[in-house]
Amino acid sequence: MRPHSRKRKSKWLVNSILALICFVWLVPTFGLFVSSIRPAADIMQTGWWKVFPHRAWQTVDQVELPKETDLRTPILVQGEAYSDNQLRTGVNVENERLIWENRRARIINVQQKEWTAITNFSTLNYETVLGGKSYKISLPGGGVKTEKGTGMSRSFWNTLAVTIPATVIPIFIASFAAYAFAWLRFPGRRTLFVTIIALLVVPLQVALIPILRDYTSLGLNGTYFGIWLAHTAFGLPLITYFMYNAISQLPKDLFESAFMDGATNFTIFSRLILPLTVPALASISIFQFLWVWNDYLVALIFLGSLPDVQVLSMNIANLVGSRGNDWHLLTAAAFISMLMPLAVFFALQKYFVRGLLGGSVKG
Amino acid sequence: MELQARKNNLIRLLLLTILVPALNIAVHGLIFIFFRDSHLPAILNALLAVIWGAAGIYSIYYSLNWLVEQYPDPWKKRLLPYIFVGPAVVLLGWLLVLPTLRTFYLSFLNYNSEQFVGFSNYVAVFTDRLLVTALRNNLLWVFFGTLACVSLGLLIAILADRSSFERLAKTIIFMPMAISFVAAGVIWKFIYYYQPEQQQIGLLNAIVVAFGGEPQAWLSMVQPWNNLFLIVILVWMQTGFAMVIFSAAIKSVPEEIMEAARIDGAGEIRIFFKIMIPYISGTVLAVTTTIIVFTLKIFDVVMIMTGGQYGTEVVATQFYRQMFMYQNAGYGSTLAIVLLIAVIPVIIVNLRQFRKEGSF
Repeated sequence: MRPHSRKRKSKWLVNSILALICFVWLVPTFGLFVSSIRPAADIMQTGWWKVFPHRAWQTVDQVELPKETDLRTPILVQGEAYSDNQLRTGVNVENERLIWENRRARIINVQQKEWTAITNFSTLNYETVLGGKSYKISLPGGGVKTEKGTGMSRSFWNTLAVTIPATVIPIFIASFAAYAFAWLRFPGRRTLFVTIIALLVVPLQVALIPILRDYTSLGLNGTYFGIWLAHTAFGLPLITYFMYNAISQLPKDLFESAFMDGATNFTIFSRLILPLTVPALASISIFQFLWVWNDYLVALIFLGSLPDVQVLSMNIANLVGSRGNDWHLLTAAAFISMLMPLAVFFALQKYFVRGLLGGSVKG
Repeated sequence: MELQARKNNLIRLLLLTILVPALNIAVHGLIFIFFRDSHLPAILNALLAVIWGAAGIYSIYYSLNWLVEQYPDPWKKRLLPYIFVGPAVVLLGWLLVLPTLRTFYLSFLNYNSEQFVGFSNYVAVFTDRLLVTALRNNLLWVFFGTLACVSLGLLIAILADRSSFERLAKTIIFMPMAISFVAAGVIWKFIYYYQPEQQQIGLLNAIVVAFGGEPQAWLSMVQPWNNLFLIVILVWMQTGFAMVIFSAAIKSVPEEIMEAARIDGAGEIRIFFKIMIPYISGTVLAVTTTIIVFTLKIFDVVMIMTGGQYGTEVVATQFYRQMFMYQNAGYGSTLAIVLLIAVIPVIIVNLRQFRKEGSF
C-alpha cells in the first residue's frame, strides 16, 4: 500500500512542477497576444493581466465642491480637510478613496474596491499595423492623435516572396547533390563532401563582407534574387548533409532494378528518390522555411529596409527602433509575424521534431 | 560518310554545350532585370517570384541534364555527377568558401582594406574596451545560456516523461522555437518595460512592485546583470530544442536496467546520475555543442533589445557595428574570424565523428 501511495504522490509532484514550468513558458506569448487586442490607451495605463478579474478602485459616487474652492488651502470634503496633493494621488478613508476626477471643475470621485476586469478588445491595432491608412487613437488624457499605418501587409507578402523560393531552391540543389554523393562515383567526391561537413557550423558572419562587395558590384543588393542565393548558400551544408543521410539509406536494389529498366539518373531522381524521401524533405523544408522566415541578419544586410522589399522581421525591428513605446503597434506586429511559424509548427509538429533529431547544427 | 556524321554530331554538341548554359543565363538574367525594374502589386510580385524561383531551378537542372544526355556514353557517365553537384559546389564556393578566405585576408588589412597592418586588428580586438566587453559578454552568453538550456531541457524532459500530459507540456515548451528572435524580442521587451513614475505595465516590474520592490529599467540600468536578462530570452527559446532531443534519448534508455536498479534499492536520483546520464552522455555533448555554436553567433536578440548599448554588446553585434556603421572592414573581418576560430574545435569533432561512422 505504501509504495503505491508514494508513487501517486510523486506523480502529483511531477505534474505540478511541470505545470508551473509550462505556465511560466506560456505567459510571455499569452501576454503579447492579449495586449495586441487591447486598445492603445488601455495598454499604456494598465497591465495586460488586468483583463482578468481583480479588485480595483471603482467610482461609486461623485462630490462636487463649490467652484470658488481655493486649492492652496486645506479642502473640505465630507467634513474632513485634505490637501490638494493628497487628493491628486488619492486618499483612503476607511474602505473608500477620494481622488480628483476633474480638478478644474472641482469634482471628486468617491471610490470603492470592487471586482472588475478591463475587457475592452478591438482589432484596431491589427488594422493599423497592416494597412497604410491613418487611424485616430484616443489618448488617456482625452485627446485624439492620428497615426499612420505601417503597411505591414506588404512586408508579409515580401516575406513570402523571399521565403518560399529560399526554401525550394536550396532543397532542390541540395537533394541533387546529396543523390550524387550517395549513389554516383566521381573524382573529388570525398573532398567535396568533407568540405560540406566542415561548412556545417561556419558562422555566416565570416561570409557577409565579401558577399556584400560582390553583390554591390553585381547590382544584387536589395533584390529577391540576391537574398535567395545567400539563403541558399547558407542553408546548403545542413540540407545536403540531411538529405544525404536520407538518400543513402534507401535500399541499393531499388537503383539497380531501375537502371536495368533503362532509367536515367535524372528520372530515377525525380520519379523515385524524391517521392521516397518525402518525410525527410518535409522535415528539412520546415526547418529552412522557419529559418528564412525568422531571419533578421541576412535580410538586414542584403535586402535592406526599402518598403518594396522589406520583410516582416525588418519591419518589426524598425518599429522597435522608431516607435519603441507604441506597444499597441509592436504587439500586433509581432503577433502577425508569429502567425505563420506557429501555424506551420502546430500543423507539422511531427516533421519539425523529426528534422530536429536529424541534425540541427547550422552556420 | 560516317566521319562526316561524327563531325556534324561534334559540332552540334559543341553548339549545344555553349547554347544551353548561355540560354539559361540569358533567360534568368532577363527575368531578374524584369523583377528589379518592375513595380507590381505585392501579392502578384510574390506569386511571380515564387513561380520563378521554383520553376527556374527545375528548368536549369532539366536543361543541363538534357545537354549531358546528348553526349556519347562514357562522357555522359563522367559528366553527370558534376551536373548534379555542380550548382551546390559553385554556390558554396562563391558564397561560403571564398568569402571565408577573403575575410581572413581582410582581417590583416586596415579599415578600408588598402594597407597591410599585420596582426594589429587582432591586438585591437583583444585590447579595445568595447571589443573586450563584447568578448566578455559572449562568454557570459555561452556559459549561462548553454548551462541553463541544457539543464532545464534535461529537467523538463525527465519531468515530462513521468507526467500525465507529456505531449502538451512538450508542445508548450517547444513552441517558442518556432518564432523569430525579433518577435521574441518584442515579447520580452514588453515584459522588461519600465515606466518611470507611473503604473508599471511591464510584467517583471509589476511583480517587483507587488512584492514591495522598486521598479527598475532592467535592460539599461542594472549592468552587467542586464546581459542575464537577455540570456533569459535565449533560454526561453532554446530550452525546447534541448528538451526534445533529450526526451528522445531518455526513451532509448532500456527500461529493464532502470527496473533492475530500482529492485536493488537505488533511489531515483542515483538512477539518474549512475544510469541515465552515462547512457545519454553522447546526446548531452551534441546538444551542448549545438547550443554553444548557436550562442556564439547570437545577434538578433541583442540588436532588438538594446542595440548593443548599456554594455550588452556581443561579438556578432560588434561585428555589425564595426562593419556597417564605422565602416571598419579590418575590425569587422577580424571579429568574424574570431567567431570562426571559436567554432573550429566543433568542426574538427564533426569531421572525426563523420570519419568514425565510416559511411563514406
